Amino acid sequence: MKDQHLVTIEVNGREHELLLDARRTLADTLREDLGLTGTHLGCEHGICGACTVLLDDQPVRSCLVFGVQADGHQVRTVESLADGDQLSDLQQAFSDHHGLQCGFCTPGFLMLAEAYLETEPEGGPQEVREVLSANLCRCTGYQGIVEAVTVVAADRREKAAVTQRAGDA
Amino acid sequence: MLRGAGRFVGDIAHPRAYYVAFVRSPVAYGRITAIDTTRARVLPGVVAVLTSADLQDPELVAVLERPNEEFVRTAMPMLAHDRVRYAGEPIAAVVAESRYVAEDAAEQVWCDIEEFAAIMSLDELGSSAAPIHPEAPDGVLVDLTMFEDEHIAETFAAASLVLEETFRSARVSASPLEARACLAEWRARDEQLVLHASTQIPHQMRTGVAQALDLAERQVRVIAPDVGGGFGLKCVVGREEVVVAAIALRLRHAARWCEDRRENLTASFHGHEQEYRVRAAFDDDGLILSLDADIRCDIGAYSVYPFSCGVEPLMAASELPGIYKVGRYAARARGFATNKPPSAPYRGVSRPQIVLVMERLMDKAARRLGIDRIEIRRRNTIQPHEFPYTGSNGITYEPGSYVEALDLCADALKKAGWWDRRECTDGRLRGIGIINFSERTAYGTSTLSMRKMPMTPGFDVSYVCMDPTGDVVVTTGTCSQGQGHETTFAQLVADRLGIRPERVKLRQGDTNLVSFGWGTWGSRSLVIGGGAATVAARRLADQIKSVAGELLEANASDIDLVDGNAQVRGVSGSQISIDEIAATVHFRSHTLKNSGEHLLEARGMADPSGMFSNASHAALVEVDPGTGDVRVVDYIVVEDCGVVVNPTIVEGQVRGGVAQGIAAALYEELAFSPDGQPLSGTFMDYLLPTASEVPSITIHHLETPCDQTETGSKGMGEGGLIGAPAAVVAAVNDALRGYGADIDCIPIHPADVLAVLQGTSAAQGSRLQETS
Repeated sequence: MKDQHLVTIEVNGREHELLLDARRTLADTLREDLGLTGTHLGCEHGICGACTVLLDDQPVRSCLVFGVQADGHQVRTVESLADGDQLSDLQQAFSDHHGLQCGFCTPGFLMLAEAYLETEPEGGPQEVREVLSANLCRCTGYQGIVEAVTVVAADRREKAAVTQRAGDA
Repeated sequence: MLRGAGRFVGDIAHPRAYYVAFVRSPVAYGRITAIDTTRARVLPGVVAVLTSADLQDPELVAVLERPNEEFVRTAMPMLAHDRVRYAGEPIAAVVAESRYVAEDAAEQVWCDIEEFAAIMSLDELGSSAAPIHPEAPDGVLVDLTMFEDEHIAETFAAASLVLEETFRSARVSASPLEARACLAEWRARDEQLVLHASTQIPHQMRTGVAQALDLAERQVRVIAPDVGGGFGLKCVVGREEVVVAAIALRLRHAARWCEDRRENLTASFHGHEQEYRVRAAFDDDGLILSLDADIRCDIGAYSVYPFSCGVEPLMAASELPGIYKVGRYAARARGFATNKPPSAPYRGVSRPQIVLVMERLMDKAARRLGIDRIEIRRRNTIQPHEFPYTGSNGITYEPGSYVEALDLCADALKKAGWWDRRECTDGRLRGIGIINFSERTAYGTSTLSMRKMPMTPGFDVSYVCMDPTGDVVVTTGTCSQGQGHETTFAQLVADRLGIRPERVKLRQGDTNLVSFGWGTWGSRSLVIGGGAATVAARRLADQIKSVAGELLEANASDIDLVDGNAQVRGVSGSQISIDEIAATVHFRSHTLKNSGEHLLEARGMADPSGMFSNASHAALVEVDPGTGDVRVVDYIVVEDCGVVVNPTIVEGQVRGGVAQGIAAALYEELAFSPDGQPLSGTFMDYLLPTASEVPSITIHHLETPCDQTETGSKGMGEGGLIGAPAAVVAAVNDALRGYGADIDCIPIHPADVLAVLQGTSAAQGSRLQETS
């Protein structure tokens, strides 16, 4: 017997109405029902973080969230980061700092880092390392990823300060 | 990749493909007496449940063409029949309309298995009433006495110091973040089975599938799209890929499988489980007079295709002495079958172990003889003026920077203040490890033929073609899994054609689009694949120069290709753009007197014998004496891979390898219960290092150009993992120097550290023996 539910999920700013089996994961919903295959499945038990997406701005393991749990919520995936052909600052920094090799873990790291950066953190290398320890990468040894996120944190802080000064003036 | 637009096998949409789930053996060893698929078949959404007999018992046989005393031929059935030989071995395949249903149904397949006592360690060999392979009653599949020396006993008798030591390394998993995956479909129009697979070796996968399923090679097309890491685990042909292909063929319907992490950790391929019993003789000056090694590799239940189960023992015995001038050398290397998954060539292949052995011997001898540990290495190392040096293992080492790398590494750690940090008294114990090694890379056919595989890998070919707009496609039989071949191959080709790298596109990983190749493994791609591309590009450059010569009324030999133009050397203004040449050749060939074959295309081939890269590593560790926790807090690598084509990519490879090596030294270990149940089935149990466990790694480059390659480059994909375990183990022993530490087995667990601190250090060897 199928236990199906009609749900509405906003994904990357667009609303989708979906009929989902109760046990269908959010990851499978995104990948197979919506074709957003940038979200990857590396372990399917919540450790590696390759499937990290933002659920109402919070990073979650989409392999451990059921699609029906996202009913009425907003989801952001890696496909939301670039603006057309223009990479986001974070994506560009991953490229500049060799923060990826095979690229399989990259979407998860980007979304984890994006959620972290949106908290406007101090973003020192040690804190960045601790935050990024939530996810696994097997290729890079992490150094490029840590550098990329640290640099973007500093850039965004600098830009916010400039905006703040402009506002004050 | 950054946009989420990568295309891994699991990302390929196929709305009608069936999903396959495997029914796997619940026990490590036994005889299948019955398989009942009735309950699974009747579940809604289930298409078929297939056993080995349903697929005509496909199998693969991976052998070395050696006498039976050296290599025992065994087969690996694609689905187990009669016997199961490890927990997790595939017995049946469920085909269903969704992965969810397939997995439900797999749980409903009932297997009756008469269980035998599992052989889970080398100490249990011969204990079971039923040998794992009847062809090898003693469990020995490989037994190679590589070197014998009748005078070796004399050197031991005369030596000032004889060390008798045992080293072990645990069974580990390569754990690429993308596990294996495949999607198979029979395309009637093309009369081809198209197999998308996450593999490092598309052409060997083609051969393996064709052999197992009795197809002609032209009837199989293997496509490796983006591959999410491999590290060796994907350089063999898996049973699941063959079975999914067989299903697609039988049902004439697309079928797919994505390995889950539990399957990947417990039922795919493992590596590095080895034991070395070594005797080494030194004289008063610390010179190593002789080395006698008995090497035992636990190769698991089967010989893997195409490399065979000989890969670890052969590598270990032939290359153990490394950079040191070992006077006399003898080695016996064996591979034993056990009731564990088969081993595949995981990154480094025996070199992490042999470097650990040699570097520990150097540190032990230094301590016993009262010689500085860097000095003892310097004395034993092949000196710059001694190249080419042929060692007692019969290998000739071409020039490298062995002593220079060691000295530079020692200098770098001194300048970084490590010796002061080592003496810091804040309650933590600190230690420094410094090691030095070389690794043979890019093995060509002349070297690999000595292994006696029926199919000898080694060469590679490349095809370069310029289109009418002046853009270039280059093919390679190597197959990137994140090593940046798209970047480096484009650099090599563009350099020779005088165009920008952005105008060169690499095509790889499709057996219909690439004529042949041996894939990516063994630190071979840039050297052999890139070498072939370089040759092809040079020939294409000659063609371009020839056309330019005609158009510019000059000798082709006077033409240079620079900045997108062909120009007559020394004649300013006498030039034509390469784009114009490309357009002329394709669209206005009637205007050319010597238009050749009317196209701009060329082939190239490379097949070097193999060359030695070298590196010196240093690790600084901190030990928490309360918990036994070890942290690697700083790390230095001095590496020499010849001429560096792209420093960013080289450094990325080194760092990733070092991370894996640190993990092998401290964290990763596949554990089993005594009756053969895998205990490391998740990333909670099998500890891949995170960003918190891997320090920043400082890298220095030395360049000793290689004369076997046009580029002067040597291979370097594995070195990080080869050096790191030895460096970390040396550092931990140094940190525990006040407690008489003598740790020789990896991984080092906190309990091992505590045992040393508490003076009960015999624990480590026995623990690894019990659990291995």
